[in-house]
Amino acid sequence: MNSVIKGAGYVLAHTPQMVIYNGTTQTTERIVNPESEYLKELGSHLRSYEECVNYWPNQVYIGNATPEDLSQVEFPYYDKVKEGAVRYGKYGEIMPEEEFILLVQACDQFEVVKLDKDFVCAHKEALAADPIITEDIIARVEAGTELSEIEAAVKEEHAEGLYVAGKLVGCVKRAHDIDVNLSAHVMHENLMSKASNVLALLYGIQNAGISKDDVEYVIDCAEEACGDMNQRGGGNFAKAAAEIAGLKNATGSDSRGFCAGPSHALIEAAALVKSGAYKCVAVTAGGCTAKLGMNGKDHVKKGLPILEDCLAGFCVILSENDGVNPEINLDILGRHTVGTGSAPQNVIGSLVADPLERAGLKITDIDKYSPEMQNPDITKPAGAGDVPMANYKMIAALAVKKGELDRKELASFSAEHGLTGWAPTQGHIPSGVPYIGFAREDILAGKIKNAMIIGKGSLFLGRMTNLFDGVSFVIQANTKAEAEAAAGVSEEEVKELIAKAMKDFAASLMAE
Amino acid sequence: MDLENQKRVKEFAEEYGPENIVVILGAAEGEAAGLAAETVTAGDPTFAGPLTGVQLGLTTYHVCEPEMKDEFDDAVYDEQVSMMEMVLDVDDIISEMSSIRDEFCKYL
Amino acid sequence: MAILEGKKAIIIGDRDGIPGPAIAECVQTAGAEVIFSSTECFV
Repeated sequence: MNSVIKGAGYVLAHTPQMVIYNGTTQTTERIVNPESEYLKELGSHLRSYEECVNYWPNQVYIGNATPEDLSQVEFPYYDKVKEGAVRYGKYGEIMPEEEFILLVQACDQFEVVKLDKDFVCAHKEALAADPIITEDIIARVEAGTELSEIEAAVKEEHAEGLYVAGKLVGCVKRAHDIDVNLSAHVMHENLMSKASNVLALLYGIQNAGISKDDVEYVIDCAEEACGDMNQRGGGNFAKAAAEIAGLKNATGSDSRGFCAGPSHALIEAAALVKSGAYKCVAVTAGGCTAKLGMNGKDHVKKGLPILEDCLAGFCVILSENDGVNPEINLDILGRHTVGTGSAPQNVIGSLVADPLERAGLKITDIDKYSPEMQNPDITKPAGAGDVPMANYKMIAALAVKKGELDRKELASFSAEHGLTGWAPTQGHIPSGVPYIGFAREDILAGKIKNAMIIGKGSLFLGRMTNLFDGVSFVIQANTKAEAEAAAGVSEEEVKELIAKAMKDFAASLMAE
Repeated sequence: MDLENQKRVKEFAEEYGPENIVVILGAAEGEAAGLAAETVTAGDPTFAGPLTGVQLGLTTYHVCEPEMKDEFDDAVYDEQVSMMEMVLDVDDIISEMSSIRDEFCKYL
Repeated sequence: MAILEGKKAIIIGDRDGIPGPAIAECVQTAGAEVIFSSTECFV
């Protein structure tokens, strides 16, 4: 029996200061061009927390508006305000930088995060007031140290500073004096990923309506690597985050595949559940500090705010078939193989047309496609175009080529089978998964019958292969009742039959 | 353009001579194509990479431009690239690329 | 006169446009030698 999607969590942490100090576009610029106009102007282009909350795509991400609502908003989005926008949404929240820094410290188990005691004092109550943050987590927040100690660590020990509104409030120290894999930079990056992962996990579990004890396995599918010099990518973010989130019965592991990671991980999780290996699996990922402000130069040049100012996280909970929730159909899997090549038509063919054809379906049989849901507000000014739209045009073009769609319907295909992108450009985050929360609800409400999630990954960035990558899968309405009707007997009936047979057998033994 | 790519372009221009090199781009938008073309002709407009202030004047085209298609094997182009013509704004790309070529290419 | 015949080709592809290896396949058919092929990623 297929696994089902019990629920999903989507979270953002507004981290404008990390744009300045940790985004690679900015850190690179400080090395190659320290006096640049861009660095001088950057500060005045950072959004306030309120502006970040009021931003339409962010409200869609946390579930306070739908992709359909967004498609009715006039483009561009950065100069529009979502009326009634709030911090908390159906799927998660947008956490302010101050509280997030405290959460990061709570996730640190090696005393590398040091916070100014006044700063902790000023914001601890706010974090404690967040309904998703448990007492266990708050209990992990330390009282803090003297600011002078933090200043010294940053100046003398290469610690990464933590800032709020330009003021030093803490630091992440290196975890080893020589090992670059445990440097302050790496520890900072990994702890941010871990903390946003924890937040996403907490929401995923709450939204799925399950107990923390139900989760048996966690798969982290972010793009960071943790380990020391003898095993740089040893892992394991999944179990580390599960520990802080309080998932006592869970083990887990990390799965990687660049931006395609989440789609790979969801297929793996669905297979684990369907096989019976684990009854309930959480697929989760935190955000990526390196990508903050990635396209900032273009945004500043065009007078836009820095739109890549949030770390993002997501979590999808898969469990045994409950007869209600939508399923992941493992019979329809798309995969970009070693032999597929990198021609765009081959890539999209391998991910969309081929798996559907194998299942006897047409491209138009899928109600909604969720390829890479990057927010075009971010990518268009940077010259990368409207990525979801480009994917829809390719899928539609393929459908025309296969004779499944009339050329005249090319334009309407995107509106009917597509979605307007809303996800932040956090690499693995936009890749298909932001729609899973909405897809689950839309299928439950009968608005759509199925959706295809498509993840693509740029493997060549790792310089190990020139190959591209991608996998896809289909989410469909629950078929448990149909499957049982087709099988003639239900699971319950089978159990009864077995019990009766055992009783009869026992009786026959007694008689002997 | 990626800083490492700029470095490689600069090295190849020195090694083979700028007149012997053609840079072929696959950018998704006219503006991005134009910026990459500008980088390998007039220098990095973002002042970030090794090509800042370096006027290589290399010959450069986008893979979807007619001058390139004329020289490619039709079947290979059809298999590898053609579908993207339905996705990209090819006219915009052509106009951006031609204006950069007219202004900065030294070896046409 | 041919633009690519006998030339050294540098390819800068785009993940969301046309990736490097796909361009390389085409360029080779026009008699150019591909000396470098890369694919950029903005997302």
